[in-house]
Amino acid sequence: MKRTQRETEDSARQIGRRSLVVGGLFVATSAVLAARMRYLQVERADDFRLLAEENRINIRLLPPARGLIFDRNGVIVAGNEQNYRITLVREDAGDVDAVLAELGRIVNLDMVALDRARAEIARRPPFVPVTVADRLTWAELSAVAVNAPALPGITPEVGLSRIYPMGGDFSHVVGYVGPVSDYYLEQTGDTDPVLQIPDFQVGRNNVEARLEHTLRGSAGTKRVEVNAGGRVMRELDVDAPDPGSDVQLTVDAGLQNYVEARLTGESAGSVVMDCQTGEILALASAPTFDPNLFVRGISTAAWNGLNADPYRPLANKATQGLYPPGSTYKMIVALAALEAGVVTPGDTVNCPGHMDLGDRRFHCWRRGGHGRMDLVQAISQSCDVYFYDVAQRVGIEAISAMARRCGCGVRHDLPLSGIAEGLAPTMQWKAQNRGAAWVVGDTINASIGQGFVLSSPLHLAVMTARLATGRAVQPSIIRSIDGISQLPAPAPDMGFDPTHLDYIHRGMWQVNNDRRGTAYGSRVDVSAYGVAGKTGTSQVRNISAAERASGVISNADLPWERRDHALYVGYAPYDTPRYACAVIVEHGGGGSAVAAPIARDILLRAQLGEIPPPELYPSNQRRDIERMHRELPILPSPLVPSGRTVRSQA
Amino acid sequence: MSFLEYNVKTTPSGWRKVLYLNWALILLLIAVASVGFLMLYSIAGGQLSRWAEPQMKRFALGLAAMFVVAMVPIWFWRNMSALAYGVSLLLLLYVEFFGTVGMGAQRWIDLGFMRLQPSELMKITLVMMLAAYYDWLDLGKKSRPLYVAIPLALILVPTFLTVMQPDLGTAILLSLGGGAVMFVAGVHWAYFVAVIAAGVGTVSAVFASRGTAWQLLQDYQYRRIDTFLDPTNDPLGAGYHITQSQIALGSGGWTGRGFMEGTQSRLNFLPEKHTDFIFTTLAEEFGFVGAASLLALYVLILVFCIVTALQHRDRYASLLVMGIAVAFFLYFAINMAMVMGLAPVVGVPLPLVSYGGSAMLVLMVAFGLVQSAHIHRPR
Repeated sequence: MKRTQRETEDSARQIGRRSLVVGGLFVATSAVLAARMRYLQVERADDFRLLAEENRINIRLLPPARGLIFDRNGVIVAGNEQNYRITLVREDAGDVDAVLAELGRIVNLDMVALDRARAEIARRPPFVPVTVADRLTWAELSAVAVNAPALPGITPEVGLSRIYPMGGDFSHVVGYVGPVSDYYLEQTGDTDPVLQIPDFQVGRNNVEARLEHTLRGSAGTKRVEVNAGGRVMRELDVDAPDPGSDVQLTVDAGLQNYVEARLTGESAGSVVMDCQTGEILALASAPTFDPNLFVRGISTAAWNGLNADPYRPLANKATQGLYPPGSTYKMIVALAALEAGVVTPGDTVNCPGHMDLGDRRFHCWRRGGHGRMDLVQAISQSCDVYFYDVAQRVGIEAISAMARRCGCGVRHDLPLSGIAEGLAPTMQWKAQNRGAAWVVGDTINASIGQGFVLSSPLHLAVMTARLATGRAVQPSIIRSIDGISQLPAPAPDMGFDPTHLDYIHRGMWQVNNDRRGTAYGSRVDVSAYGVAGKTGTSQVRNISAAERASGVISNADLPWERRDHALYVGYAPYDTPRYACAVIVEHGGGGSAVAAPIARDILLRAQLGEIPPPELYPSNQRRDIERMHRELPILPSPLVPSGRTVRSQA
Repeated sequence: MSFLEYNVKTTPSGWRKVLYLNWALILLLIAVASVGFLMLYSIAGGQLSRWAEPQMKRFALGLAAMFVVAMVPIWFWRNMSALAYGVSLLLLLYVEFFGTVGMGAQRWIDLGFMRLQPSELMKITLVMMLAAYYDWLDLGKKSRPLYVAIPLALILVPTFLTVMQPDLGTAILLSLGGGAVMFVAGVHWAYFVAVIAAGVGTVSAVFASRGTAWQLLQDYQYRRIDTFLDPTNDPLGAGYHITQSQIALGSGGWTGRGFMEGTQSRLNFLPEKHTDFIFTTLAEEFGFVGAASLLALYVLILVFCIVTALQHRDRYASLLVMGIAVAFFLYFAINMAMVMGLAPVVGVPLPLVSYGGSAMLVLMVAFGLVQSAHIHRPR
């Protein structure tokens, strides 16, 4: 609208007038607000101070009971126990030191914990309760409650604390909980109010951490009227906390206990899977540690001890440890070759003990050579030269593709911390990561699971399960949550030619059951429980030509950290495969001498559900096996499902 | 075509615009927002990352948005007004059917990086629309019934939609803010007397309808009104917030308990302690001195807005700035009145202080419009 100068001036004048009216309303309203402020904050300040200090209504958060973790048979592997403790609120206590001194006359106070509590009290706002004494007996708690009038700001409390009844057996599966740290809050950005509860515990790793929100539950509230001393005058109402969900693992606590015990003394990792369903029945890493140490914050001495141990108890070797798989990789090479059609099972390769490539000489583990080998023999006697030859025909791309199909060099999605991806190398990988072109020597190294190839026991167990059943089983470790099954659908077929698989199976059977097989010593005498497998020994050092000339130094003469890794993968029973197992003993020496016997025992224990009787072993080994089992540090079996422990806050 | 465009040559242009920004207003906005950061830091128990840090990021984003909006000539914004209003209305309709409901009140659209509440947007675009309408309208026609009915419809449609959400606080803000623009534009006094009379009638109707089949408000809204009228009859139920926020406020005294030393506002777990009830924490920790200072800062912001409106000869610019001033005023006045027990609890945040993205961003864009009006003025 075009306006004249006069209209514009009229309009501006009117807007000006009315704006001033509105401005007047602003000022008037603000004056009313200021007056109200003055009334509440100045004139009635004393009333409200009194209300605030003397008779205030507080909402206290009630911690939820953390969900329990069971094994597949209902044995509790992570539970909750009653914990009697004493908290102090600084602003109610007044003179903190005097109150603590008085408290010290009634119960024994741990000086170190007390110093920590003092620092905590100074750091936290004055109204936050801080725990000054923990894990008291009922008698001590009662004594404090009786003396309450002399102890302002002190509250005896009953809380729940995590307990791991199986000790170290499940520290690499279940993990542990710990106190909520500032770092934790920073990292997770978690604003759940339950984290503000003193001594609240959160999962720090493995299942406890990865299923934190499933296990945690949500806080309840209790409205209480408290007096100036912080003492609860009456409870107004309670909104009960919502406990966390219970989690059932696929792991069998009895088997897990046996595997951990069987690995004791070594630095080793092992995974046992149901090779039909993919359920992980045991996942062990030795040495282990007591997760209960971490629940209330581990002492510096214990922490340093765990870190200084050369056997690295904190590392989960079953899922985080990566090793050259050695000869356990040969089935992958064989299957890739059969599928590519570059060999038939009947084709033979002559093994003179070495193979020359240009000016490099690649040795077989048997210096004198194996002679003519076909596929089944090459697997059972683990002839390196056969696989050098075959691998060159297949090529690294087909080998690594087969490895990934079998579950090596891929990250398996389990709710555990830091699962390693492993490596099935390709030409492109080497170009990108090493800046060098792939050479035939790399393929030859890869053909016997050395060089760039890296796998964890988890990878090898999945591989074994897939080879044994020909089905694409996926590993899983959570069986159910609050009774609702979490298991995956039945695995689809891998699409392998059954006759190819049959030759692989026969090779693996002969490893344990043919006189010349590399693990013949680890056979089972009753064929219904028969074990098929493959040994592996992977070098962690280069053997120089000079050393080879003067005779390779035997493992026993080497320092521990330079000895070979011992590996074994296997499944049982041979006819109807049910259990797959992978064992790696770090710097253990030879796979056939060290890893295979352990795996045989584990597979027998898995099949029988109890300590295998000596009759299943070759007659000349029975006495030793019996003694070994007698001395094994295992829990009395069978473990009894203990049902529910403490569920809710008292 | 308005007065302004005949004088384009005398308005600042190019980078010279930066010199003509109202820098005092910017400093005031930063001061108020900083009060918010301090309080959010304190409420989170001395934790920066929980609320204070995201709030700072949003404020920085808001400042940037303000600068961008300020640099664009005010006549461009006038031409955009109807479009902006239309888009807001469509979004409001959209969330009515597809939006996400949080805490039983405001509905939003999840944009990924923030949650957009179209009702927040509407607070500003409604003012823009009305200002543009009165700029367009022949001066002599503004009090004719037909030309009063049009802006009334423009106000009532979005108000109705927000009441349906149900977000009573925003509905009040929209209707009062829109009404104020009509008032400043010069609509005849008699209309406002009539509306006030009708308002009294509506309030009676609201109370009369209670418990019948055609009940006008949700039950919880009635309960809030009840407990507002007499907080003592239910001190642990619905009256709990009002009682507790007054105790917190009152116990602050003259100078307060000191920074991070407040007990009531934290321990009593007011559920919206970082949003709608943040003023109680300020009042408890910094006392009357702190609370009154914040009020003074708010009033100063209003003064700068009114001065800008009065200096302007352009109808659109003056009406827009006044409308924004009223909206801003309603925000803090209703919030403060609410926590001090002078108004029912309706869920209005404390502007620039309460934790929240949409409201902060929209307010900063609004102040960008104020700045644009301030810059693009013939001198």
